[in-house]
Amino acid sequence: MSARPPPAVWFVAPALAAIGAFFALPVFASLGLSLTDFDIYAIGDLRTLRFVGLDNYARLLHEPLFWTALANTLVFVALGAPLSIAASLAAALLVNARLVRWKGLFRTLLFLPVVTTLVAVAVVWRALYHPRVGLLNGLLGALGVAPIDWLGDPRFAMPALIAMAVWKNFGFNMVIFLAGLQSIPERLYEAACIDGAGALAQLRAVTLPLLAPTFAFVGISTAIGSFQLFAEPYVMTGGGPANRTLSLVLLMYREGFRWWNMGSAAALAFVLFALVLAASWLQWRLRPLEAQR
Amino acid sequence: MRARLASLLLHALLIAASAAALLPLLWMVSASLMPAGEASQGPHLLPSAPTLEHYRALLGRMQLLRNAANSAGLAAAVTAISLAVNSLAGYAFAKLRFAGREPLFRALLAAMVVPGQVAMLPLFLMLKGLGLVDTYWGVIVPGVASIFAIFLIRQYALGIPESLLDAARVDGAGELRIWWSIALPACRPILVTLAVFTFLGSWNDFLWPLVVLSDADLQTLPVALANLAGEHVQDTELMMAGAVLTIAPAVLVFACLQKYYLQGLMSGAVKG
Repeated sequence: MSARPPPAVWFVAPALAAIGAFFALPVFASLGLSLTDFDIYAIGDLRTLRFVGLDNYARLLHEPLFWTALANTLVFVALGAPLSIAASLAAALLVNARLVRWKGLFRTLLFLPVVTTLVAVAVVWRALYHPRVGLLNGLLGALGVAPIDWLGDPRFAMPALIAMAVWKNFGFNMVIFLAGLQSIPERLYEAACIDGAGALAQLRAVTLPLLAPTFAFVGISTAIGSFQLFAEPYVMTGGGPANRTLSLVLLMYREGFRWWNMGSAAALAFVLFALVLAASWLQWRLRPLEAQR
Repeated sequence: MRARLASLLLHALLIAASAAALLPLLWMVSASLMPAGEASQGPHLLPSAPTLEHYRALLGRMQLLRNAANSAGLAAAVTAISLAVNSLAGYAFAKLRFAGREPLFRALLAAMVVPGQVAMLPLFLMLKGLGLVDTYWGVIVPGVASIFAIFLIRQYALGIPESLLDAARVDGAGELRIWWSIALPACRPILVTLAVFTFLGSWNDFLWPLVVLSDADLQTLPVALANLAGEHVQDTELMMAGAVLTIAPAVLVFACLQKYYLQGLMSGAVKG
């Protein structure tokens, strides 16, 4: 007769069962799926399914659309994530400044875009970006700038999506930075002040080094989030113009759920996974010494 | 004098940043009140003659009300179920002893780097096999357990004094009873934070509901809005009204609970 399991097992069982069944299992199944030619016929009759080894991955390497989507996604991450983090840090420093009043109000206002629905603000920004009647060109026109076809011009479409993403997301990291800033002991600034350090010197010698662990967290989470770019191009550009805003996840969605090429879509999903893993690893390796304790 | 000037400059910058953050949302509300066609005539900041016709048109269609009810119901269900499931697990990982606790927890943390899209394709096929595609459960079930939520609750529950739990055990309380009447009240702040976080996450979610719900009667607001935006490219004012109706509940929830939400986020960030 075996002993009754301790009650703790029943506490974790529901969560672990759900994670196992609806996350872990599908992740491993996805790896298997990426090694098959699963397509719309296989949905109807699983016997048509064939094991194709690494063919899906090999085919991706010869698929120009894949390279386009990969390059677009990397551009979005490499430009969007640093810009977003810089905006977050600047906003946090402003809100946290000693002389500022109504800190709570500014914090809430700047955070507001974070809680909005991405699809809805994408619809709004599509209108703001309208070349003829959009508010943005209206404002720029008042400054003498010729109208720009933000979402229709291949040169501007990706920067336009990046600008919107920065607007939508910077508030989240701002709050994380604020938490980091408020955990820096006041006496360090007092000591720096006595040593004659000005505001800029304090920023360099005290604030930024002590924010290092926050940077590590913010960097990884922002990069991971950016790799998953989907709703913005889906709603605003459909991946165009000339595929300039086609992202990996949008391509995966089309392959998998429009054309039901689940095998090659799963291979795309694993490319995404590899990128996220590489980004996490890179940042873990590059994290500043202070955070390596 | 220099301090006055610096203060002035700081506030000017903050007001400019806040204006930039709010302008798209304010214009959305303004454009939703414009007579049909006005937003397509040129860049207008304010409606010439404010009208509620677009809201009436949208709310007059039963479809959109259904979509809103779907969104609200699904977000509420996901929030309630996930709080129960994750608080049980988070508390156990912090306070109850069982074989394999630490390795299991580390494995869960490591799994957080796997993006959800990786699981999406087989998950769809699995749910199809179970007959859950195009049902509410197809949306709820994958959103229930969250490693992130378990992690946050565990971090918070670590701070519950052991003596409190032991005293309850001496009094003969069962473990479930202790979880309910001691652990949950002690974790209230982080649970409120997570509730807001989960509700908003579910309300705003797009890709999974788009994939799993194709029946228009079951679809959520963001999916319906994306369809609307695809069909009615010209009706800017109507779409802005739709965007307002989608965003407003999320902003309202945030506005009511922002104190808990932001504080929870900040305390979690420091501990994490």
